[in-house]
Amino acid sequence: MEFFKNTKTYGFMGVSKAAMVLSIILVLGSYVLLFTKGLDYGVDFAGGTIVQVKYAKAAPIDQMRESLKADPVFKGASITEFGSPEEVIIRLRGSSESVTSDIGDLAHASLKGTGDFEVRRVDIVGPKVGDELREKGIMSLLLATIGILIYVAFRFEWRFAVASVMALVHDISIALGAIALFGLDVNLDVLAALLTILGYSLNDTIIVFDRIREGITTSKTTDLSESINQSISRTLARTTLTSLTTFFVVFTLFMFGGEIIHSFAFTLLVGIVVGTYSSIFVASPVLMWFGFDIKGYRAKLAEKAKREAEKERMRAQYEQGTI
Amino acid sequence: MKSSSDSPKTLSAESMRMKLNYRIIIFVATILFGVFFSLPSLLQTEKGAKITLGLDLQGGLHMLLGVKTEEAVKSRLKSIASGIKHYTDKDDILIDGLSAKEDRVIFSILDSDEAKLIDKMLAEVKGIKVDINGEEYRVTLTPEEVIATKKQAIDQAIETIRNRLDQFGLAEPTVARQGEEKILVELPGIKTQEEEQRARDLISRAAKLEMMAVDEDRKMRVYQMTPSEAASYGDVILPDVAQEGVKHLIKEIPILDGGMLTNASVGFDQSNRPQINFSLNSEGAQIFGDFTGKNVGNHLAIVLDGHVYSAPVINERIGGGSGQISGNYTLEEAQDLAIALRSGALLAPIYMMEKRSVGPSLGADSIRASLVALLGGFLMVVIFMVVYYRAAGVIANIALVANLFIILAVMALFGATLTLPGMAGIVLTVGMAVDANVIISERIRELLYSGVSIHKAIEQGYDNAIRAILDANITTLIAAVVLYAYGTGAIKGFAITISIGILASMLTAILGTHGIYQMLETRINQSKDKAFWFGIKAER
Repeated sequence: MEFFKNTKTYGFMGVSKAAMVLSIILVLGSYVLLFTKGLDYGVDFAGGTIVQVKYAKAAPIDQMRESLKADPVFKGASITEFGSPEEVIIRLRGSSESVTSDIGDLAHASLKGTGDFEVRRVDIVGPKVGDELREKGIMSLLLATIGILIYVAFRFEWRFAVASVMALVHDISIALGAIALFGLDVNLDVLAALLTILGYSLNDTIIVFDRIREGITTSKTTDLSESINQSISRTLARTTLTSLTTFFVVFTLFMFGGEIIHSFAFTLLVGIVVGTYSSIFVASPVLMWFGFDIKGYRAKLAEKAKREAEKERMRAQYEQGTI
Repeated sequence: MKSSSDSPKTLSAESMRMKLNYRIIIFVATILFGVFFSLPSLLQTEKGAKITLGLDLQGGLHMLLGVKTEEAVKSRLKSIASGIKHYTDKDDILIDGLSAKEDRVIFSILDSDEAKLIDKMLAEVKGIKVDINGEEYRVTLTPEEVIATKKQAIDQAIETIRNRLDQFGLAEPTVARQGEEKILVELPGIKTQEEEQRARDLISRAAKLEMMAVDEDRKMRVYQMTPSEAASYGDVILPDVAQEGVKHLIKEIPILDGGMLTNASVGFDQSNRPQINFSLNSEGAQIFGDFTGKNVGNHLAIVLDGHVYSAPVINERIGGGSGQISGNYTLEEAQDLAIALRSGALLAPIYMMEKRSVGPSLGADSIRASLVALLGGFLMVVIFMVVYYRAAGVIANIALVANLFIILAVMALFGATLTLPGMAGIVLTVGMAVDANVIISERIRELLYSGVSIHKAIEQGYDNAIRAILDANITTLIAAVVLYAYGTGAIKGFAITISIGILASMLTAILGTHGIYQMLETRINQSKDKAFWFGIKAER
């Protein structure tokens, strides 16, 4: 089976302007969402308490609210369904320091009489730990980006590195925008998903770049946009296929992985779609607009090859004892 | 590198057989390794290294505790103050206004001739700084001493909590220092709310046992007295543990404390109620004997964590250094109390910084859900690969299965913990591990179209693909390593499975499948059926 004709060259760079408009709209839209609606930080980063309760029958949410009202500790508590009508999550902004009697115990006690239930999960994150996790989270995103930037610059060229990082920023921004749009709780798992997107999207970009680099050295054309078109077309089957298989598995995770993994899988789904798109329509055009100089690059490669050959010759002479 | 066949044109019966090559040998060895070491985890056998399930999958309690180290500093100052009081009382040195504040002890001497005696005494106390302003003394801890005291409080808390949990009888408790001053406690064995409550009570209990004298002269007035009035007599007002509202007037400086305890165990009184039997070391026994000998007819208060457990009348001198603490406890409470007393008091109180508790039923649900996702995703990918690439897809799928076994085996061998995000990592690896084979297969197809021989298409296809695969995998690995370094708890599990998956895929998807192709090459050459082997039209 084949999705794409192996020999055909598609004119991707021809639509790059339109793609850029779309990207700018999406990214700007994401930032508007981030600044107006904002991200809902979950307990991991904001601190607070989560109590997950499962009832034998459908959870009596109104009755639960009434019961929790009695204690001022639960002021501002939100109760939402979690995956099924039997299961609910109580979210609180507050946390507690006492080891023997914490806010989860209080919730347990307060809910007595609302039916037959089981407390399945209690997460309490104090403000100090929340701050620390947030700092670490931002640091990890930055560090990963810098590490990747250095590696790509080292393996390719600085323009490739900048183009791939712009694609990354594009992907992460849109993923964050989607998270804000759907009001997902940003917790550690979402951060892990964002870092995975970072790696995944770059994976895609690098495969395309690797082909562009190869195309530049092997193809005869000196037209960069034509060379890029050829390279993207050659990798199109791979890009689509890998995205599809990854999309499959993340989709099953999203559908069947359970409520706890939902935000994680959702973030990844968005990331896979956007990451695939960006490796073709963002990273490559940026490379083109940066004025990547095919002739210069070839000259440099030729120079390098010449030096290698020279070295080789010297070594051979040395080994033969002629020097 | 190119170890394979010579000329595909000269087919003979000899070359029809599958060829062994070093790649296939390594690959088979890896598969055997993977299967062998993942079996204990898959079959849950008795022997062999198994993968540990994270608390989010098996249920349990995870806590990050802080130590109120400033309390340890305060109590150190308090003990310096009692030392000064003890010394000046003994030698009849007159001092005034002795008190221990947040960070200092102050007092003033009344007779400046006695300054020498005071100076001599203070010189013997280590780690303090003394400022003298006329008659006024100001004793502070040196900065080094403050740091040392705080550090000791944390060390001691870790040690004590570990001792207590070891004796509590839960499976595999973890107590470890995290960062400078946090204590990580993980209890996988917790199954119920009640168990969790018991464990938390045990961990946080100060367990400070003191034998104290009752102020016999003023005890009748305890209900009219304010704490500050009591303090002016050198007394404290302590509540009774059993009877609500009952208060005791106790002399502030204890006769002896739990530090002199050698053992504590559960026993039973005449009416068969549980009680704690304890024994003291020889020094404690001496002090206890002397005190009870001198105070026959008076009351002795047994005080635990600021509550009076009993205050019996001393009938006679109690030698031998043993005693009982009775209270209205259940057998379980008595057992926990005995453990806490045996493992010593906490120097400073602890507090909760983070707690994550997962019930076993939720863990089981998570395992089930992630297994369904893994299986579903795996089947979809496997079927897709075969439909798209035919035999090449089957080869890629063999590598994929091998990859899964290797992930399990490596995790089991390194004692890594499998968490829910870790499961997600494995699911994601399934999607991403076939990537290498997709890249390779596309390269081979491309070369076949350009009309090169099958041998050349395979060899050159691998050559062309490998650079891109390496670059792509290394960048993903960079993200995973950062995630591991900066992630906490369950997220680390995700970084681990992703990293192992990537590394394993280099072995299985690149080396392994290459070996299979080389082994089958003569067959592929013979059949010439590119549609069957690579899923492309033979001629176009």
